[in-house]
Amino acid sequence: MVLLDSKDRRPIYEQLTEKLSDLMIAGVLKEDEALPSVRTLAADLSINPNTVQRSYLELERRGYIYTVKGKGSFVSDNAKIQEHKKQLIFTSLDALISQAISVNISETDFMRQVSVGFRNASTNLREGSL
Amino acid sequence: MIEAIGLTKSFDNIRAIDHISATIRDNEVFGLIGTNGAGKSTFLKLIAGILSPDGGEILINGKPVFEDEELKKTFFYISDDPYYFSNSTPAVMMSFYEKIYPGFDPAVFKKLLTAFGLEENRKIATFSKGMKKQLFIILGLASNCKYLLCDETFDGLDPVMRQAVKSLFAEGIAERGLTPVIASHNLRELEDICDHVGLLHKGGILFSRDLDDMKLNLHKIQCVLAPGKTLNDLTGLKIVLSEQRGSIYTLTVQGSEQEILDQMRQYETIFFEMVPLTLEEIFISETEVNGYDIKKLVL
Repeated sequence: MVLLDSKDRRPIYEQLTEKLSDLMIAGVLKEDEALPSVRTLAADLSINPNTVQRSYLELERRGYIYTVKGKGSFVSDNAKIQEHKKQLIFTSLDALISQAISVNISETDFMRQVSVGFRNASTNLREGSL
Repeated sequence: MIEAIGLTKSFDNIRAIDHISATIRDNEVFGLIGTNGAGKSTFLKLIAGILSPDGGEILINGKPVFEDEELKKTFFYISDDPYYFSNSTPAVMMSFYEKIYPGFDPAVFKKLLTAFGLEENRKIATFSKGMKKQLFIILGLASNCKYLLCDETFDGLDPVMRQAVKSLFAEGIAERGLTPVIASHNLRELEDICDHVGLLHKGGILFSRDLDDMKLNLHKIQCVLAPGKTLNDLTGLKIVLSEQRGSIYTLTVQGSEQEILDQMRQYETIFFEMVPLTLEEIFISETEVNGYDIKKLVL
């Protein structure tokens, strides 16, 4: 279900949290769908169940999943997940803007590039769905 | 819970274990790493009650291990060179361990044996080194003990077997609170499964910490400072190790990613990159700080 990158230096629970989040945002894991049990996921990925547990706790803290005692964990309402992802994207934007400033890209040039980017993206979407 | 309190063990003049205090919590994977000759095997043998301490204590669930038969049923010790009765087969070893461990499950043993492709009635003496290790891992898992003491057990298994064993450990931990204590040189493997890591060097513990804790609080930075600036200008940065090649500094720094980012913003840098450390890098940096430095040996 999830592919972990052995070369990724971050703690495994961070990777797992991110990848599960992405699956939920993409809609692959649907609202109210059950997540695999800690035991199953740990055995499947050959990782420590405590790692999976930690990841599930973090996802619950973020509101991405909810737990029903005795039944397991389920995907939350999609809107909340989308909202959180938007926040993350805007935070990345700040970092990108810093980098742009450091190589002297003006606000005007930057905004122009953003418009081009959005135009290309919607073109690709249209062509992709033909 | 396994506890070492001021544990000391010497062989003739050699202080193999020097006042070690450590706690191995239940339901967690404890990784025991260390430089060669640091005392990992000796430490495991002390936990297993094969050796008795010269000083201090080694306790399982609050009681000293040595010569306590009941307590010894709570763990299975896999030596780095496992002993088996001469001319015996897996079936023979199974019937032996069945008598010792009250929770031993022959059905699990046979199922795992088949899954690993080992024959029940073949002489163990004809097994390869790796197959012998696999056999003892299977015996250990089938014993249903709480603690599994593994001395370099993963080292010598092929990648497929390693994944299989990790999955079996995962099931054991989730289902019955299995607590593996794994001594290994294979830090890449340990990194993936350990909750807690203890680093031994010359009989002493250099650190004993939760792995995620370490990774979140130690980072490697590469940076180029503004002209005229030196490391001394980076006040407030907790630098553990530093290296300089030309104008590029490679620093090992304590602190969370956010803390370091905040601090670095105050300094003028032309270039700056930060990554978490791998367990191998943590090992090298910790032991280097304690004088174990291979670079001095390279002329």
